[in-house]
Amino acid sequence: MAIDTTLDLRSQVNDFSIKLANVNGTGSASANSLLMQAIFRMGIPVSGKNLFPSNIQGLPTWYEIRVNRTGFTARALDYDLMVAMNAQTYVQDIDDVRHGGYVMYDSSWPLDPDLHRDDVTFLGVPLAKMCLEHFKAPRERILMKNIAYAGAVVAALGIDVDLVSSLLAETFARNERLAQSNQLALRLGYDYAHENFDCPLPFRVEPLDANGSAILINGNEATALGCLYAGATVAGWYPITPATAVMDNFIRLCARYRREEVDPATPGAPTHQNNYMILQAEDEIAAIGMVLGASWSGARAFTSTSGPGISLMNELLGLAYYSEIPAVIIDVQRTGPSTGMPTRTQQSDILLCAYASHGDTKHILLFPANPGECFEFAVACFDLAEHFQTPVFLMSDLDIGMNDWVVPELQWDDTYVPDRGPVLHDEELREMAEFFRYSKVNDEHVASRTLPGSHEKGAYFIRGSGHDKFGHYTESPAPYQEVVDRLKLKHAASANHVPAPVVEHREGATIGVITLGSCDLAVREALGQLAEAGVPADFLRVRGFPFVASVREFIEAHDSCFVVEQNRDGQLRSLLALETGVASERMESILAYGGFPLSAKQVVDHVLTRLEN
Amino acid sequence: MPSITKPLIPLAPLPKNDLGLTIRDYEGAMSTLCAGCGHDSVTAAIVHAFWELSTPPHMIAKLSGIGCSSKTPTYFVRGAHGFNSAHGRMVPIATGANAANRELTYIGISGDGDSLSIGLGHLMHGIRRNVKMVYVIENNGVYGLTKGQMSASADIGSRPKKGEANLLAPIDPITLGLSLGATFLARSFSGDKEQLIPILKAAVAHNGFAIIDVISPCVTFNDHEGSTKSYKFMREHEVKEVQTDFVPVRAEIRAKIPVDGATEVTMHDGSVVRFRSVPEGYDPHDRLKVETYIRDRHDRGEIVTGLLYVDETARDIHALNETPANGLNKVPFDKLCPGGVELAEMQKAFR
Repeated sequence: MAIDTTLDLRSQVNDFSIKLANVNGTGSASANSLLMQAIFRMGIPVSGKNLFPSNIQGLPTWYEIRVNRTGFTARALDYDLMVAMNAQTYVQDIDDVRHGGYVMYDSSWPLDPDLHRDDVTFLGVPLAKMCLEHFKAPRERILMKNIAYAGAVVAALGIDVDLVSSLLAETFARNERLAQSNQLALRLGYDYAHENFDCPLPFRVEPLDANGSAILINGNEATALGCLYAGATVAGWYPITPATAVMDNFIRLCARYRREEVDPATPGAPTHQNNYMILQAEDEIAAIGMVLGASWSGARAFTSTSGPGISLMNELLGLAYYSEIPAVIIDVQRTGPSTGMPTRTQQSDILLCAYASHGDTKHILLFPANPGECFEFAVACFDLAEHFQTPVFLMSDLDIGMNDWVVPELQWDDTYVPDRGPVLHDEELREMAEFFRYSKVNDEHVASRTLPGSHEKGAYFIRGSGHDKFGHYTESPAPYQEVVDRLKLKHAASANHVPAPVVEHREGATIGVITLGSCDLAVREALGQLAEAGVPADFLRVRGFPFVASVREFIEAHDSCFVVEQNRDGQLRSLLALETGVASERMESILAYGGFPLSAKQVVDHVLTRLEN
Repeated sequence: MPSITKPLIPLAPLPKNDLGLTIRDYEGAMSTLCAGCGHDSVTAAIVHAFWELSTPPHMIAKLSGIGCSSKTPTYFVRGAHGFNSAHGRMVPIATGANAANRELTYIGISGDGDSLSIGLGHLMHGIRRNVKMVYVIENNGVYGLTKGQMSASADIGSRPKKGEANLLAPIDPITLGLSLGATFLARSFSGDKEQLIPILKAAVAHNGFAIIDVISPCVTFNDHEGSTKSYKFMREHEVKEVQTDFVPVRAEIRAKIPVDGATEVTMHDGSVVRFRSVPEGYDPHDRLKVETYIRDRHDRGEIVTGLLYVDETARDIHALNETPANGLNKVPFDKLCPGGVELAEMQKAFR
């Protein structure tokens, strides 16, 4: 391989980014995640972002792998290597490679000379040709091309090939024939690259010990685990991208951990019982309705959905808020409005969820930044929902939910006791002269409830129509207002119970940067770069709504604040202004809402441009 | 809905049921519906049915949607736990409640607007899931609370008090239920408490979703000449050929059934439903025959009432999901949470 010495040849050990361009439905996803997993196992911080279409087969799809020894694994937008496996998108893909970068392509066919770039090195691997020679079945010839390019990438990046080989062996442990084909394909690509290019390339991996006991997990699986550990027994749901996998995982986990062996009551009767019921509803309205019914009855219940589902649930979310029924709603946000882009990410349901339903409503929202927080916050959602007898939203998004992230090992405290909130049981009811639903209120404005089936004294009529503090129907102003005023106080009281904001101060900082959710890594990476450029900034990541006082204090303590979020209208900024009383002019939005995860570059460029002007 | 507490006037000693409760103990607040409303008769029948069944009031969950019909749970069994939900959404809420706590007796009261328009999708899926509950449709062909619009159960040609005759085909919950695999289908008339009480009791005993379509005339907006949901029309066109008796599990079954053509169905809890005066060839287990019979009578301008179809072999939502016998809300937390050791163990696969 001849190398043009005038090129920008950075030596980047454990610090680079590659992009793989594929056609969806061809089996590339498993080859791509194999690469990412191998890098993770070598102890190097890594991320994999799947940028896929809302389609089953035939459209362009991309996968980005960012390797960063310091753990900043947000999108890089600066690709060192493009694995161009989709002729439909060659033009764009080759254009995306950085100056001095590399393009790997299938050289079974010659590349159009028009696509040539002088500042990029082309690595041709005759993948189709190799697979045609070595595999017989037509399907295998297509599938094995993926593992073959993975093999070439393994060689190019210096990934431990034995490690990749053992990962393949684990995956195909039960299918000897497939295992052999995969191992062969891996070697074909690997050997070809070694024989024809100077491997490894200047950017490459070297074993590191930065991952410790960290795990590789996606947010939807972590969320499902949280719901399992919180003791949820009833789930109502309707399939929707990108939230479906929350329930897929919950179903799988329940089958594994919630199936209890029992003595059959009669011969032939079941030998197990399911300590859960998962109901695939007719629509999202029914899904949230099921959650309300189950929560009213004292079970921990949840639904998982995305923006369009939240739109449908609005009616019953108001009922839950006003009649004070706990509910947990997992919102894996995607790009709106309307159907929008179902396979693209956004943080655009913030205002929708904060004030869901007609009339005066306010809800509790939790904003996880990664799968680790999805697990932790999912459990917190159930505690908050029952503690405050109200809907609580876990505001995940497609980037967190559907991509694999490196996060610290999930921890569980076996002394955890679920917070079931104030519930009156029969012994207490018997002692009471009379029970009224909304009259026995605690310091946090939450009224004790009873569950259906409890003592007759605890029977009452729960309703979404106007009611007084006794739970009786009313159309009178004062008793009506007394209840809705208490609901406002109750919501405010929850601020001290939602996860506290994460704050990081920098020496000499006069500006503040506020963000939330999956923007976390990109924003923290950006702040490091800004500090290097002489612009130190303080950092605050909001993790819950309602906001604690320290959020307002942070904004007021800075000359100016930037609010970074992934939607068009600056919804977090609006919510901050509305709910803290700070003028929105004190905050400037940095917005990325095209549907792909945020990159540090977008934040740095905005701040520097703004400060120059 | 404003409620007026019913004064408890001491009367001559009233008979008591097995729990030592009188019929008064199964009443609710005073009705605020129009005088003569069919719904009040349905309420009275429900009060009787639960009293006669000796169901503990606190073990009853009564649910409704929105509309005149949905007000009625306030008027029966004050000791029951009630849920007045949103328009058309009672079925999912009852489904979730039942999923969490199967030990209660669930009764949902709905209307034709609630069930056959805004909540039709939910009703159909409640049928499919075979949620164990009594589902009463107080069917008057009209939207009462919004003052007299025709509903989806109004017959073609049926006239509202004001405005044009209805031109759209009606939705019949019974034939709809037959097509969806419903496991208990009955029709009755609010003016006929004698028929309605045994049907309600059988519905409570049924192991699944029990639909009772009760024609319940609206005296204010739809009880006039030209309305097929009026008292007059029903009195002239009701055909009570499928008559039923209900024998609760505790009662001694005194006589063998000598009635010609009688059929017995043993309900899930051991109680018995007896069909008598069944027309020749009528089989309450045969969907096709039941549907043919109802349609045939309908074409002749007749409305068949009675317990029309029952399938006691179908599995209810809990049998289908293999859930514990005493309710999911009673499973202790330590059985639900796999614990820290298992979490560490399972994460070995995440590396």
